[in-house]
Amino acid sequence: MLGPFDLALVWSSLPELASGLVVTLQLTLLTILGGIVLSVPLGVLRTAPSKWVSGPIWAYTYFFRGTPMLIQLFLIYYGLAQFKAVRGSGLWFILREGYWCCLIAFTLNTAAYTIEIIAGALRNVPLADIEAARAMGMSPFAILRRIKFPIALRILFPAYTNEVVFILQSTSLASLVTVMDLTGVARVIIARTFSPYELFITIGLVYLALTYLTLWGFRRVEAHLYRHLRGRPVAVVEGPALR
Amino acid sequence: MPSFLDLKGYGHLLIDGAMITLSVGVAAMAVALSLGIMGALARLSSHAALRGLGTTYATVIRGIPELVLMLLVYYGGTVLLQWLLSLGGGDVRVDLNAFLAGTLVLGFVYGAYATEIFRGAFLAIPKGQVEAAHAYGMTNGQVFFRIKLPQAWRLAIPGLGNLWLTLLKATSITSVIGLTELARQADLIKAPTKMPFTVFFAASLLYLAMTAISDLVRIRAERWASSGFRRS
Repeated sequence: MLGPFDLALVWSSLPELASGLVVTLQLTLLTILGGIVLSVPLGVLRTAPSKWVSGPIWAYTYFFRGTPMLIQLFLIYYGLAQFKAVRGSGLWFILREGYWCCLIAFTLNTAAYTIEIIAGALRNVPLADIEAARAMGMSPFAILRRIKFPIALRILFPAYTNEVVFILQSTSLASLVTVMDLTGVARVIIARTFSPYELFITIGLVYLALTYLTLWGFRRVEAHLYRHLRGRPVAVVEGPALR
Repeated sequence: MPSFLDLKGYGHLLIDGAMITLSVGVAAMAVALSLGIMGALARLSSHAALRGLGTTYATVIRGIPELVLMLLVYYGGTVLLQWLLSLGGGDVRVDLNAFLAGTLVLGFVYGAYATEIFRGAFLAIPKGQVEAAHAYGMTNGQVFFRIKLPQAWRLAIPGLGNLWLTLLKATSITSVIGLTELARQADLIKAPTKMPFTVFFAASLLYLAMTAISDLVRIRAERWASSGFRRS
């Protein structure tokens, strides 16, 4: 049953794995986009002085950061069917699809972490810079756009790079709700051929390459964006870190 | 038991599951800490081979999703054992113990992160202290246990607190290899109760309770670890 590493099987599985890779990349990209759309405005509001504004956002991020992504996915994929209103609604054709449930769950999850990353960066913008902008007569919105955002972006870049890698790897959970991503495809082939080694090692190497390619790409962008700051100490992202 | 956790009489299964979640989490954390200290020492070692081994471990494992590693070890391990046992003749069915497999894989994965945390901690200890200890005639072992490790612990505490919180949530992955921890129990009782949302929400509240308590302990531990240090 166990022979040498069956390269022929890996080779013949490549077309299927490639289709899974496309789904993995799609899920990652859409999750990131959705996460940014949600987290930029909410991240700003998270720093609002009023507890009535920042409080509910804190509750949201606390829940999503304090519970496993798997449970969040199941809550949406299996959970929503409990409600007649959802089953009867026009959105049901979307909400019963594993793919869409993944997008929703992953987006809500990454948004929660990204909101805290953004809020943390905004709080660390030097007060002197903001005061200078105020003295120049900038409006609060202009200060946000021209002073706070650019400086915060520089601060949050390493943490956000790490978040993207985390999302990339977490999309493998999609295979648990029938999505044919890289992991999903591998599991189907394994069920057919009973060769866990070949397939899991192959996709493991693909994830490994994607992870370090992402880190490398983001580092390049960071180096390019902040080339005028060369010489200042920058946080070096050597590998994935914890969120 | 609060009524919202009763779940038509199935609620106690979630509590049972939470206990297993905690057990597998604590066991995996112990494995991760041991591997982390060894990995950091390997990465900082003067032997090139050890350094390569430590670096490869930390680099490769952090680049692969834990779900894939879990499936690889569980199903791959089953196939391997089955093959090894069948060498003696006859058809053998093997079932790997899910608790053991889950503990080892999670410990192995988070050991890679712990390696980086401890490496940073060891690097943060001023060289002069080690030199001074050697000048007093301490052996390498004494320098490690008296000078390096006690300080590394303290420096590593913020990172390790975060590691525990992430690891605790990651235990939910062991449900895919059949360990009846919290996520698996919720998955099992969602059908008989016909209340999937309520069941998973109750499960998420139990996770939240565990992470919230851990977070409070973490904050206290950090305060303890940083006492005596002046913030620059």
